[in-house]
Amino acid sequence: MKVLVCVKRVPDTGGGFKLTSDGQRVDTTNMDFTISPHEECAVEEAIRIIEKHGGSSTVLTLGPEQAQEQLREALAKSVNGAILLEAPDYESWDPAATAQAIAEAAKPGGYDILLFGNECADACNYQVGLRVAHWLDIPCVTGIKALEIQGNKAIAKREVKDGWEVYEVSLPAAFTVKEGLNSPRHPSLRGIMGAKKIPIEKKKLNKREPQLVRKMLRKPQEGRGQIEILGQGVEAVPKVVAKLRELGVI
Amino acid sequence: MILAVLEQTKGTLPESSLEALTAARELAKISNDQAEVVLIGSQVKSLVSHLKGCAKALLVEDAKLDTYAPEAYAKIVAETIQKRSPRAVVAAGTDLGNDWMSRVAVRLDLGLATGCTEFKFEGANLRVIRFNWGGSLLEEAELRSNPKLITVQPHAIPNKPGEGAEPATETLSVALNEKDFRVQVKQVLASEKKGITLQDAKVVIGGGRGMGAGENFKMLEDLAGLLNGAVGGSRVATNNGWRPHSDQIGQTGQIIAPDLYIACGISGAIQHMVGCKASKKILVINKDSEAPIFQRADYGVVGDALQVIPALIAEVKKAKGL
Ligand SMILES: Cc1cc2nc3c(=O)[nH]c(=O)nc-3n(C[C@H](O)[C@H](O)[C@H](O)COP(=O)(O)OP(=O)(O)OC[C@H]3O[C@@H](n4cnc5c(N)ncnc54)[C@H](O)[C@@H]3O)c2cc1C
Ligand SMILES: Nc1ncnc2c1ncn2[C@@H]1O[C@H](COP(=O)(O)O)[C@@H](O)[C@H]1O
Repeated sequence: MKVLVCVKRVPDTGGGFKLTSDGQRVDTTNMDFTISPHEECAVEEAIRIIEKHGGSSTVLTLGPEQAQEQLREALAKSVNGAILLEAPDYESWDPAATAQAIAEAAKPGGYDILLFGNECADACNYQVGLRVAHWLDIPCVTGIKALEIQGNKAIAKREVKDGWEVYEVSLPAAFTVKEGLNSPRHPSLRGIMGAKKIPIEKKKLNKREPQLVRKMLRKPQEGRGQIEILGQGVEAVPKVVAKLRELGVI
Repeated sequence: MILAVLEQTKGTLPESSLEALTAARELAKISNDQAEVVLIGSQVKSLVSHLKGCAKALLVEDAKLDTYAPEAYAKIVAETIQKRSPRAVVAAGTDLGNDWMSRVAVRLDLGLATGCTEFKFEGANLRVIRFNWGGSLLEEAELRSNPKLITVQPHAIPNKPGEGAEPATETLSVALNEKDFRVQVKQVLASEKKGITLQDAKVVIGGGRGMGAGENFKMLEDLAGLLNGAVGGSRVATNNGWRPHSDQIGQTGQIIAPDLYIACGISGAIQHMVGCKASKKILVINKDSEAPIFQRADYGVVGDALQVIPALIAEVKKAKGL
């Protein structure tokens, strides 16, 4: 079994956003970088598939030199190989451009399974995985939260409002996954040391003309006024109950 | 012409489809154009009465298409686009809508802007405002390919019923082969969950790292029981296995919009807040008065949730005469 998993380097923005003065990007000064939680699950799934069925897994990112950090993290968790598609300006690659380059890089690999996040953390396009699958002419199921490989078939489940949809596709196939698929492991110290020795394959591919072009980023308006503090500790409880009454909750 | 591509389930149009339809009609109005609708399934004719104000309903009725068959659905829409040359195609920005439209986009090699909240034509280009970071940021972007393909972020454009006559109907026939069904729902399993969902609950109680342990969510369940609410959590709560992932609120979980959200032991990270900021009111219980969530809520209690919640349960019981 050969598995390819695609991840995107993004700033770790838990504390909030500052934008650069030209409004073109998130100001990442002093910020750490990470990948989307969906992609962490995709990496974990790639490792589990190989642990169970044998073969090898490869992690790929299209991004700047520094994105090797995200590749090394996956290698440290025991992904077997890594590909960097060099694109210092990756933030201006639209989904079609990104997908075309990934498809081109994936074609010679002969992968049985391609894994993507359902959407990347920053641009939230929801489409790179589907576009890659189309160009490789393989089936794709999106937003899955369960995956089982049976011979040359895969059973994938997608959570919907009142239950689960079950899909069955033949391999090779692509899947875009959602957080909840599994619980990602942490890398071990040995894994981190070992990962440093694995060579990263680097490639530079042409960028096609973007169809979707970013003009500006901005923060949405926040509608809430000043907070009303109802009190400290258990002494606040009568006031909370009064508030629940006022809001018609009790 | 502006084409609306609407998902339907069991012969009803979900709110998100009605919002997308509203968006398509508005886009048609500002560009002095007319709106048409594509509907796929086995009993879609009965939905035409919801499509007032549209010029035409293009129907594909086939029992085989009753469950979602993404590639067949995409082929139908792609061929309809080629035949009818719309200026723009609009669908709901739901999991299904984004999946469907992405497939249409790649078949025709067109750009697609997902999660849009606003849009306007500027000459040959379409300017959109769309969600980035799950809604923590907004991106202004330009779609350059033609026709313009967009999906509409749920809850961004309120549904306004159309006016005027019902549309004329036309039956479409698209030749489908076996390959078009290589991805299809084989089976639907009912949810094992019981009770009110996070989506439907008027009160949601969220627990985070500050709840300390999975057992402590029992008190949140008890409080939810008294307030007829549902329990959810932060990513820390789901990652620690205290709650199933389906209860996660935030960017990579659910977006909720209850009347009241009670956040217990949650710091207020931006990726959590995008999931709950549509709540009418937010009440926070957190022991750290400096926690960022106090800047993003309406009412606050500074205190230990593990002490405040049991006391609150007792007091609510008293108030309800239990
Ligand atoms: C791309 C991306 C997507 C993400 N998606 C999501 C998402 O969908 N949902 C989500 O929630 N997060 C998401 N996150 C993670 C997010 O950034 C935060 O890490 C997470 O929300 C923090 O959870 P928390 O508030 O429970 O924990 P913490 O940030 O650790 O906060 C715990 C809080 O509890 C308080 N506390 C501690 N003990 C007590 C007590 N006894 N009583 C009262 N208060 C107490 C503390 O003062 C603190 O404020 C995402 C992150 C990334 C990068
Ligand atoms: N620059 C990139 N490098 C590698 N994979 C990517 C890149 N951008 C997107 N992807 C993959 O495609 C998924 C969906 O991205 P998107 O369609 O942009 O929301 C992501 O979760 C990644 O798995």
